[in-house]
Parts: sequence; structure tokens; C-alpha cells
Amino acid sequence: MKKLINRPEDVVKEELEGIALAFPDMVKVHFAPDFIYRADAPVRGKVAVISGGGSGHEPMHGGFVGMGMLDAACPGQVFTSPTPDQMLEAAKMVDGGAGVLYIVKNYTGDVMNFEMAADMARAEGLRVLNILIDDDVAVKDSLYTAGRRGVGTTVLAEKICGAAAERGYDLRRVADLCRRVNINGRSMGMALTPCTVPMAGKPTFELGEDEMEVGIGIHGEPGRERMELKTADEITEMLALSIIEDPEYRRTVREFDEEKGEWVDVELVDPPFRPGDRVLAFVNSMGGTPDIELPIIYRKLHEICEKKGLVIVRRLIGRYITSLEMQGCSITLLRMDDEMIDLWDAPVKTPGLRWGV
Amino acid sequence: MPVTTQDLLTCLHRMAEVIEANREYLTALDAAIGDADHGINMDRGFKAALERLPPVEDKDAGTILKTVGVALVSTVGGAGGPLYGTAFMRAGTVLEGKYELDPQDVLAALDAALQGVVMRGRANLGDKTMVDALTPAVQALREALQNGADIADALERAASAAEQGMKDTIPMLAKKGRASYLGERSIGHQDPGATSTYLLLRVMANVAQEKRN
Repeated sequence: MKKLINRPEDVVKEELEGIALAFPDMVKVHFAPDFIYRADAPVRGKVAVISGGGSGHEPMHGGFVGMGMLDAACPGQVFTSPTPDQMLEAAKMVDGGAGVLYIVKNYTGDVMNFEMAADMARAEGLRVLNILIDDDVAVKDSLYTAGRRGVGTTVLAEKICGAAAERGYDLRRVADLCRRVNINGRSMGMALTPCTVPMAGKPTFELGEDEMEVGIGIHGEPGRERMELKTADEITEMLALSIIEDPEYRRTVREFDEEKGEWVDVELVDPPFRPGDRVLAFVNSMGGTPDIELPIIYRKLHEICEKKGLVIVRRLIGRYITSLEMQGCSITLLRMDDEMIDLWDAPVKTPGLRWGV
Repeated sequence: MPVTTQDLLTCLHRMAEVIEANREYLTALDAAIGDADHGINMDRGFKAALERLPPVEDKDAGTILKTVGVALVSTVGGAGGPLYGTAFMRAGTVLEGKYELDPQDVLAALDAALQGVVMRGRANLGDKTMVDALTPAVQALREALQNGADIADALERAASAAEQGMKDTIPMLAKKGRASYLGERSIGHQDPGATSTYLLLRVMANVAQEKRN
């Protein structure tokens, strides 16, 4: 294992110490429990948007804390969910009196920890809603698995919901918007190489020189299928068509019902893409793939979207949701309406995403 | 002879030792179908729990178990934290104010732990999770007590049932957690959560056995 670290057990702590020193105008860092929060928090009267998850996906989530995006982010150990005490303390720190939205990626650990945190926060008098992101089309069914994983759409939801909160949307409206972003977003990823978790010291799986892993998540886990390495165009086509041709997706998720005062099952349906849809096209590096390769992927994606009648109205290309140093990419397509486009364009100032300011 | 809070503390210390001794084993089981951190996470959690015990050692069983539950929730992370944390907290709620436990208290606590795990994780029997070890254990404990067994014998049967339940997860297809994404590839591996559940129940049975002898 070759990494620019000191001791494996200090990676997350020292990363946070560095972030606090590097971006003092945008964020502050709280230790024990660990969370990154907006330097000007709490913003009075604004809904607070909080996310979190295992570390190793940088810049997500900590890099997206700041004006127009997240109010706080809770980092766990590398690829391990953070704990409810982090989420609770973060909520108490950034709540501006208008309530808190937890944006949660659909992984068993994350979901349970955020549910416990929400219960604890409500017991302390805070208003909290949880919305899941489950956009990974590599997972086909929800009946025999923990459901689709939360991947690329998470970044887009954090930007759009952060902008909505900044504009003064109330908690219910921000939560409804987040759910709408989720059901309109779909992603698929692939890996050229595995990655190495610092504490484990060895790669998460073996991959031959002429092999690739398709349908991966973001935790260095093996994907849906291992196949012979193909060209960028062929890989892009495979990922893009898996997304564009994905049929309607139904599943039941658990959300908190404020009227009933309890968790309820909610059925959600992702409608398939149709010609004429306006989309945001997001080409993402898994961490190790250099910027020179991403436009090659975008070039082909653009051509395929045109051929399929999808109108690309916004783009995001770069390294935003990663698996440490893994080489590979993911593609996300988000069907946008006028409101989402407007919120996407709104100013944002975070260490990882910045425009309009 | 009733179970005392001293027995409970002995049990918790032994659980921490057993988890530490099986740290690599649990992590290796998790590496096969999960994310290779179950042993590491559980060991970190039980060590944190022991550190928080001294101030509550003279308190009731409920307080002791809730302290352990809160420690596990805030230090284990992953899915194991909320599941084991909820189990200990629910058991603690049932035993609130009690300094001596009769066999029915032990059954009620373990049953509450099981209900808590099912509520939190929404797993069904046969999904290849800790529920597959805990459910038969609670069932065996209940039946043994109904048939007049003493607490040591009843816990022994619970531990044996958990061990069988753990082994029964090997041919199962995982339907919950990260293992579920492997589909058919999850078959043939023993579930790490069911394994740690068995290990903890085995400690309870051993401590009860030693006290009787």
C-alpha cells in the first residue's frame, strides 16, 4: 500500500484537521463527535441540509458544505457509516429553527444510523425529515436486496436542495424536492482498478490487466459483472444505455410521517426516461481516473443522448463522488424541470463546488 | 439463584474478551460477503462500552444495558452499531429498576432485543442476518423455561439454537445489507452478524453455567 498518509488509523482525523485549516472562510470542523459544518451556521430561519456517510468518497460530502449546499456533513471511518451521535450533534449545531433534512444514501448502515439520529433529534425537540437516495441501476431488484444504492444523484440532490433551503423553502418543500430529484436520477458506474482501504492495507478485489468491473457501488465492492476491458466509447454506451433503457423502478422506502408521528412505508416509482426529457449529464471520476479521460466519456454520452432524444441542459464533469484512488467512472442522468434547473444554477460556495459567487 | 447485576457485568466483560479474540475471524467472514469490518467495529464498540461501565456498575440492570447500547451505537458504526445498540437498549428498557433477574426477566430482555433488531433492520427469518441466530435462541429459551429448565440449562439451549441458526445461514441467499448485492455469490458463506450473535449468547450460557457449578 502506497498512500500519502501518516498512520492508517489517523487518516480521517487528519483529513478533517486539514480541511478546517484549509477552508476557514467556508467551514468549521467539530471533533468527537466528528462533523464539518458551515462557518456561518446556524443560518437563522433556513432549513438545515445535512448529509454524511463513510469517508473515502471525497469531495462528497464534506467538500460540499458551505453556502448554497450542505449545512453539515458527518464523515464515518473509510467506507463505514457514521454514527447517530455525530448526526444528532451536527443537527443541533446547524439547526436555524426551520428544521433539518437528512439526505441519506441507501446503504443498510447509513439508513439505520440516520433513522436513529432522527429519532434522537426529535426527542430533543428538533424537526427532522430523512430522504433516501437510491439511484444505482446496477441493482435490478429491490425485493431480494437492500435496494438500489445511493450514488451520483446524491451530489445533485445536495446541490439542488441546498439551493432551495437557501431560497427559504420550508422543510416539507425541501424534502419533497429531494425525493423528486431522487426518483428522476439514475446512475451506473464501472472500475478499471480496485482501491485500498487504509486500515485494510490491501486492495478490495483483484482485477486483471485486461479486465474491468461493471455495475460497481462506491465502496470498492465487486460489481454486477466482470468483463474484458473495452474502449471508452463501448464502456460509455454500456453505462448510458443501462441508465436510459432502465424500466420503471418501484420500491418501498421508510420515511417519517410528521402527522402520524411515526415511520411509515412509502412506495416510490422512478419513471423511465423518454425522448424529449431534459437532463443533467454527470460524468464522474471514481478518484483515480484523470481529467483527460472524462471528456472522452462525455463526448460519447452526448452523442448517445442526442440519438435517444434526451436534451442535455446542464452538465457536471469531474471528480465528485469517489472510491479512494479507484480508476473508473460513473454516469448519472437527472431528468430536470424548470425549478430544478433554476436551483442548479443558483450560487454555491463550498470547497468542492463553487459558482455564481 | 437469581441473576445479579454482578453476573451481568461479568457477562459483559467476557463478551468484550470473546469479541476481541474473534476480531479477525468475524472480519474474515465479513470480507467474504460484506465490507470486512464487522470484527474491527464490534471490538471497538465493546471496548468503548467497557470504558463507560465503571460509573454505572452499582446501578440497575437496565441502566447498565442501556449504557452499553448507547456506547455501541456511537462507536460501532455500519449496520452493526444500530442493530446491537438497539438490542442492548431495548433489553435495558425491559430491565429498568431491576437489580436481580429471574429467568422470565432474562427471556423478556432477550425477546425485547430481538424485537428491537427486527424493527431496526426490517430483516425476516431466512434473510441471512443476525435475526437467523437470535430468533431460534429466544424460541429455545422460552421453550426450555416452559419445560422447567433452570436458567443455565435454558441459556445453554438458547446458545445451541443460535449456533445451529448461525450454521443455517451458510446456504442462504443474503437479502439484507451489503451482502445482498452479491446475489447468488452470497451463498456458501456464514453470516458474520449471526456469528457474533451466537458468540454473545454462548458467553451468556457459559457464565450462567459457571455460576451454577
